[in-house]
Amino acid sequence: MKRFLAFVRKEFYHILRDHRTLLILVGMPVVQILLFGYAITNEISNAPIAILDHSNDEITALIKKKILTSDYFVLSSNLSAENEIEDIFKDGITKMAVVFEPNFSETLEKTNNAQIQFIADASDPNTANTLVNYAQAIVADFMSRRVNGGMPYMIEIRSRMVYNPELKGVYYFVPGTIVILLMLVSAMMTSISIAREKEIGTMEVLLASPMNPSGIILAKVIPYLLLSFVVSGIILTLGKFVFGVPIIGSLPLLLGVTILFIILALTLGILISTVVDTQQAALLISLMGLMLPTILLSGFIFPVENMPRILQVLANLVPARWFIIVLKAIMLKGASIGIIWKEIVILCLFIMVFTGASIKKFKVRLE
Amino acid sequence: MKAIEARSITKKYGDVIAVNEVSLNVEDGGIYGLIGPDGAGKTTLIRILTSLLYPESGSAMVLGLDPVREYKKLRKLIGYMPGKFSLYQDLSVEENLQLFASLHNTTIKENYHLIRDIYSQIEPFRKRKAGALSGGMKQKLALSCAMIHKPEILFLDEPTTGVDPVSRKEFWEMLKNLNEDGLTILVSTPYMDEARQCHTIGLMQHGKIMAVDSPENVTTMFKKDLFEIKGQDKYKLLKSIREYQGTDTVYSFGSSLHYTDRSGDFQPRHLEKYLEKQGIAVVIEKISPTVEDTFMALMR
Repeated sequence: MKRFLAFVRKEFYHILRDHRTLLILVGMPVVQILLFGYAITNEISNAPIAILDHSNDEITALIKKKILTSDYFVLSSNLSAENEIEDIFKDGITKMAVVFEPNFSETLEKTNNAQIQFIADASDPNTANTLVNYAQAIVADFMSRRVNGGMPYMIEIRSRMVYNPELKGVYYFVPGTIVILLMLVSAMMTSISIAREKEIGTMEVLLASPMNPSGIILAKVIPYLLLSFVVSGIILTLGKFVFGVPIIGSLPLLLGVTILFIILALTLGILISTVVDTQQAALLISLMGLMLPTILLSGFIFPVENMPRILQVLANLVPARWFIIVLKAIMLKGASIGIIWKEIVILCLFIMVFTGASIKKFKVRLE
Repeated sequence: MKAIEARSITKKYGDVIAVNEVSLNVEDGGIYGLIGPDGAGKTTLIRILTSLLYPESGSAMVLGLDPVREYKKLRKLIGYMPGKFSLYQDLSVEENLQLFASLHNTTIKENYHLIRDIYSQIEPFRKRKAGALSGGMKQKLALSCAMIHKPEILFLDEPTTGVDPVSRKEFWEMLKNLNEDGLTILVSTPYMDEARQCHTIGLMQHGKIMAVDSPENVTTMFKKDLFEIKGQDKYKLLKSIREYQGTDTVYSFGSSLHYTDRSGDFQPRHLEKYLEKQGIAVVIEKISPTVEDTFMALMR
C-alpha cells in the first residue's frame, strides 16, 4: 500500500509540474464554456432585413411595425423595386427581404388571402430557416389578432418549448462540453502518460521491478480521476451560476454518473496505451478515434436522429452518446435513476468491455 | 552455484535473429562482461535474462529461477539499469531514489550503506531535477536506483555509453567495490578497454557469443604474431601496407597500426625495406594482442 501511495504521489508530481498542460486542462473548459455560452449561439437577434412594400397601406404598416418591434429584426433598408433585392443581399449584411404585394389591404379585405413573400439569404441555411420561421410566426400572430367573426375557420398553433423554454444553446453545450473535456482529460491524458513511460524507457525499469503492472496503471489513473472530477465541477458551476443552466435532478446522481463516465474514459485511455508505444501515436489515436466521434456522433452538435442509418448504428458505439442522454435527462428534466437505468447499464457494459480488452492486451513484458 | 545459467537461447524479431543459440554461465560473485558492437544482441540477451522478453527457444536460470515462469520472484531479486537513461526527468534526484526505494518496499535510510559511495557524490544535488543532471551524474543516480533494494545480481546494459572517460573510470571503480561486497554483475559494453575490468568476458557478434574466457586468457585465442607499426603519416602508411604482398591484416589502433603477416615467420626488416623505398620510416615491434585484437580476429 505504501508502494502504491508513493506511486500516486509521483503521478501528482508529473501532472502538477507540467504547468502548461495543467493550465490547458483547467483553462480550456472555462474558455470553452464561455465561448459556447456567449459567442457561439444559434439564437438570432437584431437580424438586418430589407422591406419592399408595393402597397404602403395601413395594414402593411402595422405588419411592418410588428416585425420591426420584435427583438429579432432591424430594418436595414426600404426598397422600391424587385431588382434591388438581389443587390441588397450581396453585401452579406441583410439576411432577409420582406415583400408585400400591391394593393395588400384591398386584396385581403376582398379575398381574405393576401401575399407576403419572405426571401432569405440561404447561404447560411440555419439562419435563413430560423428567420423565416420567426417572421412567419409574427405574421400569423398578427393575423390571428386581426380577424373578426367573419372568418370560417381559425386554426391556432401553440407550441411550447419544454425543458428549455427560451431555447438557450448553452443548455446543451454544457453537457456536451463536460463530455468532451472528460474524454480529453481522462482518456487522452492517461493514454499519453502511459505511453510516455514506454517512450522514455521508465516502463522497462518498472516492469523489471516487483511492482505489479496493474498497480502501475491504477496509480496512474487516480490523479486523472480527481482532475477530471474537478474539471467537470468547474463546468457545472460555470453553467449554473453564469448561464443559469439548471440542475433539476439529484446532484449526487449527476456526480455518480459523471464518475462512472470518467472511469469509462480512463479504461479507454488504458486500452489505447496498451496498443501504442509512443506519445504521438497515443495522441493521434485519442484525437481521431475518440474526440472526433465524440464531437460528431454523440449527438452533441448534430442530432443522431437525422443521421444516415449506418451512422446512427455507429453512434450507438460511441459511449459519449449515452452519457449525454443521461446528463441532459438529469440536469434539464430531473430524471431519476429509474428512467435512465438503461443508459447507465450500457455505460457499465462499455467499462467492462474496455477493462477486459485492456487486461487481455496488457503485457507484463516488453513484447 | 551459478548466478546465471543459460542454455541455447534464441530470439528472433521477424526474420532477424537477435540472439542465436547463446549459452552462458555467470559465476556467483563474478563480473561478466558482454562485449560487442551495437546490434550484436547484448540488449536482447539481457532483457531475456531479466524476464522482460520471452526467448523463442532455450532456457535460462537466474539465481535458480526461470525468468519465464518465475518472473515475479525473480524481479524482486534483480537490479536492472537499461541502456537508455530511464529515470523521471521531472522528479528530483532524491524523489527518483525515493520512488525506487518504495517500489521495492524499502527506504533510502534502510539501504543507504549500499549506495553511500555512489550516492554521496550526487547528494549535494538531491533537490535538482534528474533531467538537469550531467551524463555522469545521471549514470550514478541510475546505478543508485538500481541498487537501493539490495539486489543479488545487477544487470547493466551499456552503462557507460555516452559518458565521459573520467566518469567511466569512476563508474567502474564503483562496480568493483559493489562486486567486492559480493554482488554478481552482468554488464554489457561496446568498449573493449572495459573488458579488462571483468572477471569473465563473452565476445558477442551477430547474436552469437564467439568466445568466453577471462580477459587475460581470451587473447590466447589470437593465434598469430602481432606487430605494432609506428610511423609518421599514418594514413599513407596504412595505404602502403595494405598494398604490401605479405599483409594479412592491418588495423589502425590509436596512434599506431596493428599488423599480422601471411607467413608464419615474419621478418620486420622486409616490411621496413619495402616502406623505406616509398620514403616512410617506421618502427616495428612485436606485441601481445589485446582483447580488441582478438575480437577483430574472431570477427573475420
